[in-house]
Amino acid sequence: MVERPQQFQRLYEFGAEPLTFSVDGKTLEARPGELLLTAILLHRGHVRDFEFTDAKRAGFCFMGACQDCWVTLSDGSRVRACDTLVENGMEVLTTYERNAALEGQEDVS
Amino acid sequence: MSPSVVVVGAGPAGVRATAAIAGKGVPVTLIDEGARVGGQIYRQPPPGAERPPKDLYGSEAAKAVAVHGCLKEFKGLIDYRPSTLVWNVFKGQLDLKSAGGEEKVPFDRLLIATGAFDRVIPFPGWTLPGVFTLGAAQIALKAQGVAIGRKVVLVGAGPLLPLVASQYLKAGAEVAAVIDVTPFSAKVAGFWQMMSKPDVVLRGLGYLYEIRKHRVPVFYGARNLAVDGSQNVESFSWTSSGGKSHRVDCDAVGASFGLRSETQLADLAGCEFEFDHLLRQWLPIAREGGRTTQETVYVAGDCAGIGGADVAELQGDLVANSILEDLGVSVDKERLTVVEKRLRQYSRFRAGMERAYPFPHHLLDDLPEDLMLCRCEGIKLGHLMEVDAKTSPHDVNRQKAFSRVGLGRCQGRVCGMAAAEILSKFNGSSIESAGRLRGQPPVKPITFTGSSAT
Repeated sequence: MVERPQQFQRLYEFGAEPLTFSVDGKTLEARPGELLLTAILLHRGHVRDFEFTDAKRAGFCFMGACQDCWVTLSDGSRVRACDTLVENGMEVLTTYERNAALEGQEDVS
Repeated sequence: MSPSVVVVGAGPAGVRATAAIAGKGVPVTLIDEGARVGGQIYRQPPPGAERPPKDLYGSEAAKAVAVHGCLKEFKGLIDYRPSTLVWNVFKGQLDLKSAGGEEKVPFDRLLIATGAFDRVIPFPGWTLPGVFTLGAAQIALKAQGVAIGRKVVLVGAGPLLPLVASQYLKAGAEVAAVIDVTPFSAKVAGFWQMMSKPDVVLRGLGYLYEIRKHRVPVFYGARNLAVDGSQNVESFSWTSSGGKSHRVDCDAVGASFGLRSETQLADLAGCEFEFDHLLRQWLPIAREGGRTTQETVYVAGDCAGIGGADVAELQGDLVANSILEDLGVSVDKERLTVVEKRLRQYSRFRAGMERAYPFPHHLLDDLPEDLMLCRCEGIKLGHLMEVDAKTSPHDVNRQKAFSRVGLGRCQGRVCGMAAAEILSKFNGSSIESAGRLRGQPPVKPITFTGSSAT
C-alpha cells in the first residue's frame, strides 16, 4: 500500500520559522502554532494504528471529543493530537504493537 | 465572604455569563478545556496560527471579537482556568485536571455551558482516515489554516453544511460536492418561520450564493451514503432522492448531521433530563432563566439545547441574572425583558430551522449489518442487533453492557445517539424508550499520577 503523502492541505501560511519534530523516528518539519494533528497530517495520510485491525485512523472531531487521535510522546504520556501543540524536538510515536494474544481473534475490520 | 460561582465552558454562553456576573462585582471562576476563550464557534487559533478576525469569522467577526474581549475589564474578579478539564461533579464540588495537576473546586452556584458536538450517523467507510465531522473540517480551517483534503466532499443535515462549504470555497479549497441529506422541500417548509430572523436567513442565502458562484454541485435528499477507499478516502457515493446513483472522486469527507448537546456534567450534577422532540435528544430540564432541577446548577448555550452562538450569548446573559438573583444581588429587570424578547424570536426561528433540516431518518433505513457502529471499540451494527435480540430492556445502557457500543474512550459521544436510533428502529419502539447513555466520571479519559491517588 502506498502511504498518502499528506491528508491536510495548507491554505494559509504561518509566518514563524519552522521547527522540527519526529513521528516514529522520522524527522519532519512543522510551524509553531500547529497542533499535532495538523503537523502529522500535513506529512502523511494517517495519525495512528487502530488497535483491533490493520486499519489506520486520522482523528475525526478535532475538538477533543471523539478520542480518536491519541498518540504517545517519548516520555510515555498519551495525548490527543488535536489539542496538543507541536514543539521543537517533540518525539511522537503512533504505531501500536499488537498484542500477540490478540492474534487469531475475530477480525472486526 | 463571596459565594463561589463557577462557570464551565468559555464559549459565547460561558463568557457572556462570566462578564455579566463579574460586572455586578461578584467573583467568578471560569474553567475551560480550550486554551483561549471563544469556544468552538469563535475559536481562536493558537499563537503562531493567528489570522485577522474577518478572515476567521467572516460576517460574525465583530461578535467573535466582542466575545474574546469582554472579560478584560473584569480581570481582577475572574479566576480564568484555560486548558482545564472538569471531569466530575460531586456533592457541590468539581474535579479538575490540567497540566498543572488535579484539584477540587467547591461551588455555591455552577453554570454549565459546555456547548455541543457534531451529531454523527455512521455510514459505510466513515472510519477511514480522511473522514471528519463538519465541525472538524471547520476547525481545521479556522484554527489551523488547513483544509481536510485537496478535494473535499461535504455532507450534512444542518446549517453548518452551507457555512463550512462557503468558508472552504472562500479560502480556496476545492469542494467536489455539497450533499444535504434533507430534502429541498424542507427548506421551503421552514422558510417563513425562519424569516422571524431575516438577517440570519440572508446570511444563509449568502453561503448558498458562494457555493453556486463556484459552480459546486449541491444535492438534496441523498441516501445510501458511502465512502470508498482501501486505506484512505478515494471517493464518495450516494443515491439521490430520485433513485439515481452518484459517485465523486475525493480525498476527504466532512460529514455530520446536526449537533448534539454536551450534557455529561449536567447529568453528573444530578439534573433531571427530558426528551426534546424538536431537537430529538435528551436535555437537562431548564426552567425559567436556565435553572435546572438542581437548586445550585444552571445551564446555558448549546448544552441546554441547540440554538447557536447568538442564542448562547443571550442565554449566558439571562442565566447570569438568574444566578445573581438567586444570590440576592439586584439585577436590571428592564434589560432582562429585552433579552427574553430576543430569545423568543430565536425560538420561532429555531422551529423553522428544525423544519428546514429535519432528522434524516432515511439514513438509518439501509445500514448494512457489517457497518462499524462504535469506532472506539470496532463494534459492528450486526453485533448490537444480535445482542439486543437476546437481552432486554432495549435501551442503550443495557445494550452497552452486552455489546460494548458506547463503552469506548469517547463514552458514546460519537455513536450513542445513533445506537439509540438504531435500537428504536430495530424494536419498533419510541426513541425515548431507547434512553440515553448515562454520564460517567471521568467524562473524558485522564491520566492519574501516583501522588493524586491518595
